[in-house]
Parts: sequence; C-alpha cells; structure tokens
Amino acid sequence: MDQELTLCALRPGEQGRVRLLRLTGPMRRRLRELGLIEGAQLCCLGRSPLGDPAAYSLYGAVLALRDRDSRRIVIERREG
Amino acid sequence: METRVIALAGLPNVGKSTVFNRLTGLRQHTGNWTGKTVASARGSFETPRRRCLLVDVPGAYSLSARSAEEQVARDFLLSDEAEAILLVCDAGLLERNLFYALQVLALGKPVLLCVNLMDEARRRGLSLDLPLLSERLGVPVIGLSARKRSSRRLLLDAIDRLFDEPQAERPLPPLPPEGEDRRAQDLRTAALVRGAEAICRSVVRGDPASPAREARIDRIVTGRRLAFPLMLALLALIFYLTVAGANVPSAFLSRWLFALEAPLRRLLTRAQLPAFAAAMLTEGAWRTLSWVVSVMLPPMAIFFPLFTLLEDLGYLPRVAYNLDLPFQRCGACGKQCLTMAMGFGCNAAGVTGCRIIDSGRERLLAILTNSFVPCNGRFPLLIALITMFFAGIGASPLLSSALLTGVVAGSVLLSFAATKLLSSTLLRGESSSYVLELPPYRRPQFGQILLRSLLDRTLKVLGRAAAVAAPAGAALWLLANTQPGGESTLARCAALLDGAGRFFGMDGAILLAFLLGLPANETVLPILLMTYTAQGSLSDPGALADVRAILLANGWTRLTAACVLSFTVLHWPCSTTLLTVKKETGSWGWTALAALLPTAFGLLLCALLAHVIP
Repeated sequence: MDQELTLCALRPGEQGRVRLLRLTGPMRRRLRELGLIEGAQLCCLGRSPLGDPAAYSLYGAVLALRDRDSRRIVIERREG
Repeated sequence: METRVIALAGLPNVGKSTVFNRLTGLRQHTGNWTGKTVASARGSFETPRRRCLLVDVPGAYSLSARSAEEQVARDFLLSDEAEAILLVCDAGLLERNLFYALQVLALGKPVLLCVNLMDEARRRGLSLDLPLLSERLGVPVIGLSARKRSSRRLLLDAIDRLFDEPQAERPLPPLPPEGEDRRAQDLRTAALVRGAEAICRSVVRGDPASPAREARIDRIVTGRRLAFPLMLALLALIFYLTVAGANVPSAFLSRWLFALEAPLRRLLTRAQLPAFAAAMLTEGAWRTLSWVVSVMLPPMAIFFPLFTLLEDLGYLPRVAYNLDLPFQRCGACGKQCLTMAMGFGCNAAGVTGCRIIDSGRERLLAILTNSFVPCNGRFPLLIALITMFFAGIGASPLLSSALLTGVVAGSVLLSFAATKLLSSTLLRGESSSYVLELPPYRRPQFGQILLRSLLDRTLKVLGRAAAVAAPAGAALWLLANTQPGGESTLARCAALLDGAGRFFGMDGAILLAFLLGLPANETVLPILLMTYTAQGSLSDPGALADVRAILLANGWTRLTAACVLSFTVLHWPCSTTLLTVKKETGSWGWTALAALLPTAFGLLLCALLAHVIP
C-alpha cells in the first residue's frame, strides 16, 4: 500500500490538494462550511511556536488546525 | 412612516458590527476575532424614505450549522420578521464569502450584498467587477469600506433602492431536506463551492492568496524564537504604561475628591441631617467612593484602550495560536485563550464570552477557570501591594510592571493547572476538534477605540464599582462605628476570623475585607484600612507611604503581602461574575465550584507560603 500523505505532513511553504476527509460529525461540517472539501487546495504557512497547531491558507483565509485533526485529511502534494 | 426589518448577515469577522455601528450609530463592541457577536443586537435608523430596524445576527458559516450561535442566525433569517437581508462580504475573501452568500440567496428574500473591506482588498492588489457580480447573482451589490464615514450615505441609498425596486425573481434551489445523509451533504456543498469558485474567477482580478505582509508579520509574531518573548514584552509594556501613566492622575483625583468632603459635610449639616447620618454619608460612603474612583479610573482608562487596540489589530487570535498546545494538553478548547484574555478586562465579560466555545464540556472548563486571571478590579490592589512591599515606593514603574507581569504569567499557569485538574476529574474528556481563524491584521480605528473603551467598558465597570462602593462604604462605617460592649462590630468580626487568617499567612481583618469585598474587589483595600484605623473611617489614600505605614503598624511583613497578593489573584470571583456563571451554566452547583476552585488554590498557596517558605 502506498504511504498515505496527510495534511499534517505538509511542511511550511508546501501545497496540497485534499483527496479524502477522514473526519466525521461536527468537525467535518465545520470544515465543509469553510470550503475545506475534497479537491480544495491548501498551503501550509507555518507552525505554532510549540509545534502544534499549524496554519494553512485556504481561499486566501488563514486557518489553524491541530495535528490530531489534520492527520485525518488525506492530500496529494502539489508543486507550487 | 413604515418600519422595515432588515437582518444583517455574513460570515464572522467581515465587518458586520462596523456596518451596524455605521448605520445605527450605536456603539456595538467590535473586535478583530471570529465569533464576537454572541447575542443579536438591534438598532434603528432612518433612510431618506423610511425607518428601518436592523438586527445583527451572529456571524455564521452556513445555514445548516448547529452551534447555538449559528442556530440564532439561521432561525432569524428564515423567519417572516426579516423582510430583507443586508449581506456583508469580505472583498479580500470573496470566494469563501460567496459560498455562504449563495445559501442566503437561496432563501428567496430581497438581498443587498455589501462587499466590505474594499480598501483592504485594493491595498492587496485585488480588483473586483461588482456590476458583473450583481449580474451573476441577480441582486444589487455595493462596494464598501464601512470604516469610512462616507459609507453611510451609500448604504442608506442602496437600502431605499432595495425596497423601491422589487428584485427580479431568482431561480431558487430547493432547501436541503432535514436529516440529509453525509454523501448528499458533501455533494451539495461541493456544488456550492464550485459555484462560488466559478463566479469568483470571473469577478476577481489579482491573487487572493494570503498577502505577504501578513506572512511576514506572522513569521515574527508566531515564530519559534520570538513569539513568547514578544507576548511577555507586550503584556509588560501594557502594564508599564498603565502603572506609569496612572500615578499622577490618581493622586490628582484623590486630592480633588477628598477636598470635596468638607463642603459636602457642611451642606449635609445645613440640610438638618443628624450629625450621625452626615458622618456616615461623608466618612463612609463618600470616602469609599472617592477611593474607588481615584484608584480605579486612571488605570482602567489606560488599560482598556490599550487592550482594545490589540483586539482590533488581530493580535489576540495569534496569542491563541501560540498557546494552543497547552490548552490541548489540558483537554480544553484553544478559544479559551480568548475568553481568558477577556477576563483581564472583566471576569464577568470573560464568562459571557465563553459562548464562543461550542462544546459544552470545554465551555464549562473555560467558565470555571476564568477568574484565575486577575481582572481590572484587582489590578489596582496588585499594583499597590507590589509597589509598597516589593518594588518600593518611588521606584521605577519598570520594576513594578515587570513584577506584575510575573504575577499575571503565574496566574495563567495556574489556570492551566486548574483546567487540567477539572478535565481529568469532573469534566473528563478529549478536547474536541476546532478550527481557529487567523484574521488579516487591520489598522485599528483609534477614535472608535478611545470612545468605545471609555464609554462601553471603563464607565460601565466604574459605574458598577461605584454603585457598590458608596452603599458598602456607608454600611462599613456603620459596622466600624457601632460599638456594642466597647468594641466595633467590624473589629469583632475580624477577631473572629483571626485564627483562620493567621494560618494562611494573613490576619482576620484581611479575610474579612475579602469577604466584604465580594460585591466589588476594588473595595478590599479601603475596607481593610477602615478596619485597621481605629477612627472608623478611611484616611487619605493618595499617599501609598501612609497606607504602608498603617499596614506595617498592623504587623504586615513581606510574607503577609505575598500571601495577600496570592489571595487577591486566587479567591472567589466578585458577585457579578458569580451571577453571570449562574446565568451561563444554569446551575448553582457549577457556580459554587467557580467560587470554591480558585479559593482552594489560593488558600493552598497561602498556606504553603506561610508554613513552608520560612
């Protein structure tokens, strides 16, 4: 099986496209409302000084996600 | 004239409150973070042709949302009461905003789309084809910079046109059925997002990606190396400005207010009041009131605007971002950082602010630990204690503010400890998922900040403290001057509490002052001085040296001061905060815990200081 790439593995400056959301319930709904759906493009902007959460840009807005959540978002890397 | 009801809707943090203030002139509190409007505000205004009632509904991300706040937005927009919708969008984030806009348009009501923050978008090199946007959406669209005064005229005219010219019928997609499954929801969302994407591509020119300026600032402000030193330095700077700036006006106010006492007394005596009552009103009520006003007003008038400035800039969400990991480890929501920050201003406001936290368990954690950080009512006492016993009277305010920053940092650490304790015992659970938004930095509106923080916050908090202080002062004077059996009631109560007080490194009078200070923490020191001074009334508080002499004469040491300092930070919250906790949790049990938890921490700390350290 291929090594799966998740959002939390994205390093600052790298971009990715969402392939699969492994989240359920309110969090899935919340992310959907922000436009974070399958096919959406994200760019990792940086990490909080303590290492977690990380900041991502999505449609020009900046969102911070904790690693335990971003680990459940499967992405494919995009060359930016 | 007919009155039309207009709902003000839009995503969080797009400037809805600014539009609201611009139209109604009411000063609704705005701040640069997401989820500020916790209950819907109403205000009326007049266009050239009609009277309108504007209802500000909480910022919501979608109409299918479930959080209490978003439910309010949805219900009102769907209700018959809302005749038209003023929909505010952020020009810089049009795509994400359109996604919500498309859902609102589907309700079929007349909509006026205000694309706000046009100036900010222009600065970022974006240009928007608004006529095309209007054509694609089938509703009138106006571009706006709501922070500019001239935007009011633009809004009023557009609202009149909205009611004068009925909108063409729009094809409406069916409302989603209740209990739709996840797959269908995902598909419908994807269609909406793609619709918004397509419109945006044709309307927006320029790259909407996060601007370089934000990224540059964030690299420093949230960078590994500088984030924490910068946070501490900013906190220390605020305290320094507060301490250094408050001294002179405090002394001036105190001299001025105390000088009024003699004329007031003469006036009361001339009004045929018995000497006893005149003394109670002047030596009791007036002196306590003067004390509270002169000690509280200057620091508040400096602290609140500075704090509002940070709020407006968009710095607070960055603090939440930096401090998220400890909150996560404590099983709490990262937004607790924001409610904690509100607690520095006023714990009651902080407790109300906890509504921005969706999970019930995490909201309780935030409510119960809010009073661990000292509020504005307690800062003057902390500053006085630090100046008198640790930094030294007449020493540089730099030292006092550094020490105060240390005390505050300690209180934040203890609030983490309390949160952890609760989340591993009574409120067990994993922290739930959440998304924190980091809004663009905005240039603060200085005039508004001054007005808002002075009128809304300073005067409100001061008014509340004064309303409590005057009657409390009168009651205390009575307790101090009624002497059944040769000893005043105040002294008798203090003697009763003395054993307990001494065990915790304080004395009976101090404990009594904290107990009687329940309605307002600001009154603790004046009560204490009234108990200590045998004449049964306050002396001139202007000179800290005099206060220090009184305290020393009553056996105070540095250790006593350290214990009182700890207990000031950690004891029961004031009665207003407790009532707010009751209102927010609906339970006397949680309210009792909100009082007991910090008290237990405080007593433990005092006992440790008193028995272990020496």
